[in-house]
Amino acid sequence: MKILKIVFKNAFRHKLRSLLTATGIAIAIIAFGLLRTVIDAYYIGIEASSDTRLITSNAVSLTFFLPISCKNKIEQIEGVSKVCQSFWFGGTYIDQKNFFAQFAVEAESFVELYPEFVLQEDQKKNFLQERNSCIVGRKLANKYGWEEGDTFRIVGTIWPGDWDFVIRGIYDGRDKATDESSMYFHWSYIDERMEQTSPGRAGRAGWFYVGLNSRDDIVRVSEEIDAMFKNSMAETKTETEKEFQQSFISMVGTVINAVRIISIVVIAIILLVLANTMIMTARERIGEYAVLKTLGFKPSHISSLIFGESLTIALFGGLLGLGLTLIIVKRFGAFLENNMGGFFPIFEISNTTLSLAILAALAVGLIAAIFPTITAVKMKISDGLRQIG
Amino acid sequence: MKIPITYNLRNLMTRKLTTFLTVLGVGLVVFVFAAVLMLAEGFRKTLVSSGDPDNVIILRKGANAELNSGVSRTQANIIKALSEAAVGDDGKPMVTGETFTVNNLPKRIDNQPSNVVVRGVSPESLILRDRVKIVEGRIWRPGTSEIITGKSIAGKFIGCGLGETIKMGGREWTVVGVFDAAGSSFQSEIWGDAEQFMDAFRRSSVFSSVTMKLDDPSVFPALKEKLESDPRLTVDVKREIEFYEEQSKGLGLFIKILGITITVIFSFGAMAGAVITMYSSVASRSAEIGTLRAIGFRRKNILASFLIECLLISLFGGIIGLFFASFLQFINISTTNWATFSEVVFGFDINGGIVLGSMLFSLTMGLIGGFAPAIRASRMQVVDALRAS
Repeated sequence: MKILKIVFKNAFRHKLRSLLTATGIAIAIIAFGLLRTVIDAYYIGIEASSDTRLITSNAVSLTFFLPISCKNKIEQIEGVSKVCQSFWFGGTYIDQKNFFAQFAVEAESFVELYPEFVLQEDQKKNFLQERNSCIVGRKLANKYGWEEGDTFRIVGTIWPGDWDFVIRGIYDGRDKATDESSMYFHWSYIDERMEQTSPGRAGRAGWFYVGLNSRDDIVRVSEEIDAMFKNSMAETKTETEKEFQQSFISMVGTVINAVRIISIVVIAIILLVLANTMIMTARERIGEYAVLKTLGFKPSHISSLIFGESLTIALFGGLLGLGLTLIIVKRFGAFLENNMGGFFPIFEISNTTLSLAILAALAVGLIAAIFPTITAVKMKISDGLRQIG
Repeated sequence: MKIPITYNLRNLMTRKLTTFLTVLGVGLVVFVFAAVLMLAEGFRKTLVSSGDPDNVIILRKGANAELNSGVSRTQANIIKALSEAAVGDDGKPMVTGETFTVNNLPKRIDNQPSNVVVRGVSPESLILRDRVKIVEGRIWRPGTSEIITGKSIAGKFIGCGLGETIKMGGREWTVVGVFDAAGSSFQSEIWGDAEQFMDAFRRSSVFSSVTMKLDDPSVFPALKEKLESDPRLTVDVKREIEFYEEQSKGLGLFIKILGITITVIFSFGAMAGAVITMYSSVASRSAEIGTLRAIGFRRKNILASFLIECLLISLFGGIIGLFFASFLQFINISTTNWATFSEVVFGFDINGGIVLGSMLFSLTMGLIGGFAPAIRASRMQVVDALRAS
């Protein structure tokens, strides 16, 4: 118990220095926590995706379309419950800064395939009835202050022209991870105008959402679909929604890896700062350690003093950082979810990140103490007593 | 009279380990700072170097990228007939209609598919872009399923090496040549006969873009005006350089903002380290400071001396950080460019601005870190300082 008291007294003997070191650690822990949370937020889309839905797209790449005639053929396959065509609209709302995901879908099958987008019955009915109506996620609606019945215009980039939409429903996500920042509207709204203006571009689907009766059919159905269109005008690639999302993430794999590496570099930086503090501290106290040794304290006592002090500062900084991280993630997270929901649907700190941050702080505390301990333990009493300041 | 710098250097040498750790901390931050800027610059340069100041690119109105652009053969012929185009040695106008498609191809390393740009070109394309040189094999023969691949992807994707074959759009394509494009983004593309690609990818006589080399670049504004107001064409006309600069904006800005935010946070850690080191240095040198004052050095000399000492630490840190960062130039990384939805290989690129910026950043850290300790040193009373042991 006595030794604990000395450890604490020692740790805060140089208040400014300990405080600065702890602040350095706290900042590093915040950076570490935030970086990991950003990566986690990126992966949320995968967790939210269902594994009883398949996505069939053109085998060449997602930028190629499939003829709508594929739909009937896919529906014939045993085990398929519903097929919904969709494509990425990619239009501009006011200007390019206002980016959000816009999907054209076949409304009727879509609302059935996606029960996680919760709409009230009358909203659903209105959406299905009106050709130019759309549904938008709650977060997207909040961002632009949209309400049911509001109209807005989107200028097409892939699909030329001005497109007016009326909001007939604002959906909430059933689960926390469900995306609430997208807009869905009638595939036929675009297709019909295309038929009139540029018939070559009508009757196209970017991909098909394929609903299954049973999870056991995943492999069989996806193989059957791809086999059916093998050597046809449009070969397909069918994968689960999870795999589909994963391929998007792997596209920015390098950026994610870079962020991972950087989150480790930050730990190295705090290690240097704390190690420096501990070395300076031990150097100043060489005389004291010599006195303790003379009084009969063993090397193990001295090392526990140094390790204890190092760990105390590291933990203090670590906990301070963690507390601040929680606050920042909460504030910043709410801001991100509301303003950049398309990229970060959920911004929350995970338990893994919390434990890793504490572990990192402890590890740093231990490693930083190694060098000064060796010096202090090896030192001869006579040398230690001789040393000044 | 000034305190000589050798005094500071020798002080730093006396506390080798502490100095080393502090320098390393600063160095690590500068390393990350420089790496981020080099990455953003490398990416920008790769794309911008794809553009030629004499070249003009013509896309469908409102389409910001080749991916969602389309120019019909009729429109392309109108553009080809313009007198503004430079004329090649063969007497033909230097204008080329190109198709731009994105294909999902598996990588050699893990068999994971990633998107690659497949550009349908004409023999004029090689004349227009004189930096593109065949380094292995030969050019494709028009009217055949022969392709050439960029140096950056030839070894990276299955089937892209010389003599190998790839299956795309239901046909087998033989790689007959590998080309170098002076590090530009073309080097991450597959090139072949535009007519063949139109056929295989069923583009029904629609080019993605038309590129023209101007005989006299100064006619650009007039040409832009003329084409954009031509009722037979609905196009946007851009200088190639500006077009590629825009293509690099999204991801480039993302890298920069993410990176700089992170390094600024890191810099607090390094600054804390510098402050700690300097405070301890001031405290253990009280007697010295007193002596210096007693023999006639003024407060401002002491202030300057300690600031110089901290600036020296950050100078060394900056040099170390930049030294190691400069080795990054030998590394190539690849990621998906959002603007083209496909993979582009690029390197870290250093330039004078980045060196200067990183050194300034480093010295600023030193100045901020050393300021408070230097003030304390300069304010010491001679008598007290001398009395301190």
